[in-house]
Amino acid sequence: MASQVAPPIAPPIPGTHIFDGAAAQKGYALNAMCFSFNEAANRDAFLHDEDAYCDRFGLTPQQRDAVAQRNVLAMMAAGGNIYYLAKLAGIFGLNVQDVGAQQTGMSVDAFKQMLLDNAAAIPTRETARG
Amino acid sequence: MAKVIGGVFTSHVPAIGGAIHRGAQNEPYWKPFFDAWPPVREWLGEQVPEVVIMFYNDHGLNFFLDKMPTFAVGAAAKYRNEDEGWGLPPFPVPPGHPDLSWAIIEKLVAEEFDITTCQDMLVDHAASIPLALAWPAGEAPVKIVPIAINTVQHPLPSAKRCLALGRAVAKALAEWQGDETIMVMGTGGLSHQLDGERAGFMNPEYDTFCMDNLSVDPDALTRHSVHEIVELSGTQGVEILNWIAARGALGDKVHEVSRSYHIPISNTAAAVMVLETEAARAAGKAGAEKTAELA
Repeated sequence: MASQVAPPIAPPIPGTHIFDGAAAQKGYALNAMCFSFNEAANRDAFLHDEDAYCDRFGLTPQQRDAVAQRNVLAMMAAGGNIYYLAKLAGIFGLNVQDVGAQQTGMSVDAFKQMLLDNAAAIPTRETARG
Repeated sequence: MAKVIGGVFTSHVPAIGGAIHRGAQNEPYWKPFFDAWPPVREWLGEQVPEVVIMFYNDHGLNFFLDKMPTFAVGAAAKYRNEDEGWGLPPFPVPPGHPDLSWAIIEKLVAEEFDITTCQDMLVDHAASIPLALAWPAGEAPVKIVPIAINTVQHPLPSAKRCLALGRAVAKALAEWQGDETIMVMGTGGLSHQLDGERAGFMNPEYDTFCMDNLSVDPDALTRHSVHEIVELSGTQGVEILNWIAARGALGDKVHEVSRSYHIPISNTAAAVMVLETEAARAAGKAGAEKTAELA
C-alpha cells in the first residue's frame, strides 16, 4: 500500500488568509447567510430580527459572536469569505474601505491615505501605442 | 469564417457600477479611471465586435459554495444581472450565443477540460460592468459567451491551466464556422486585497510585470503558483487568472493598443488594456488607409 505523502505546505503570507476547503467547511453557515442577502427581503428580515435570522442559518456560536460584534477578522476566523461578507457589510452601510480600516486597525482616513500612497510605487513608463 | 479581433482587459470593482449609476465619471476621484475608456471605445468603433467571450469570476451571485465549478461555460440564450446585496440597479446584459457556447464546450471537453455547463446563469458585476464601460449607451450590441473561473474557493486553477483553457477556446474560435467578429474580455484585478490584516495591499511592480508581458509573453505570468500570485497580487489580485485565460483565447501574436493604470479605485489598482490580433491590425490599417485616401 502506498504511503500517504503530505502535500507541500506553502509558507503563510502575513496578514493573509487563504479561503481553502477547511475555511469553506467551517464558514459554510455564515457564508450561506451572507449569500442570502442578495435578496432585499432577506436583508430586511435580518435587520428586523438578527438573532432569528442567524438561527435560521444555523450559525455557530463563534460566527454569531463575530456578527454581533461586527468584527470582520473574527468573521474570517470563523470561516467567512470576504466576497460574501461584503454583502453583510453592505447592510451596515460599510464599504470595503471601512472594512479594510477595521481589519488593519487604522482610521478610515488613514486607510484611504495608505491606498493613495500605493500610487507612488508605480514604475514610470511611456504609454504604449502600436 | 469568424474573425477574432482582440481583447479588452479591465478591472471590475463594484464601486465602478456605483459611479456609473451616480454619473460620477468626471469627479476627480473617478476621472483617471474613466479616461481610459474613450480610446477603448474608439477601437471598438473601428472593429465592431458582434460577440464577446467574457472571462470573469462570479462573486456570489450565480455560484455559492454549495456548487463551485472551477471552469463554468454559459450556454444560455439569455443572461441576467441581479441585486448582489447592495441594492444597485442591475445593468442590462446582452443575449447569449448558444450555438457558439456549445461549439466552445465541445472543443474544451475534447481538449480534456472538465467544465461545467450552465443553461441558466446570472452574471455579476464582473461581467456587467466591463460591458457597461465598453458600451455606456445601454445594452451592449453584442452576444456573449460567459466563462466563469473560480477565484473564490481554493484550490484555484493554476495560471498555466487558465492560459491553456484560453488557448483551447482559441482553437474553438478558429474552427467556428460562423462569420461573426469576435472579441474577448478578461476582467478583474489588478492587485488588491480586501481581507485580512494586509487589506489594502497593492503591488504596482507585479501589475506592471503582468501588463508588460500580457501581450508578448503570457507564459511569463504562468511561472508563479496561485499561492505566489496571492502573495504578489493580494487575495483578490488572483483575478489576474481571468486576464490570463482571456489572453490565451487570442492566439500567439497580439499588439498592445492601449493601456491605463491608476491607483486607487476603491481598494484596487485599476487597469484597462486593449490588445489586438494581427487580423484586426491589418483590417484597422486598411480602414485607416481607405479613410486617408478619401480625405
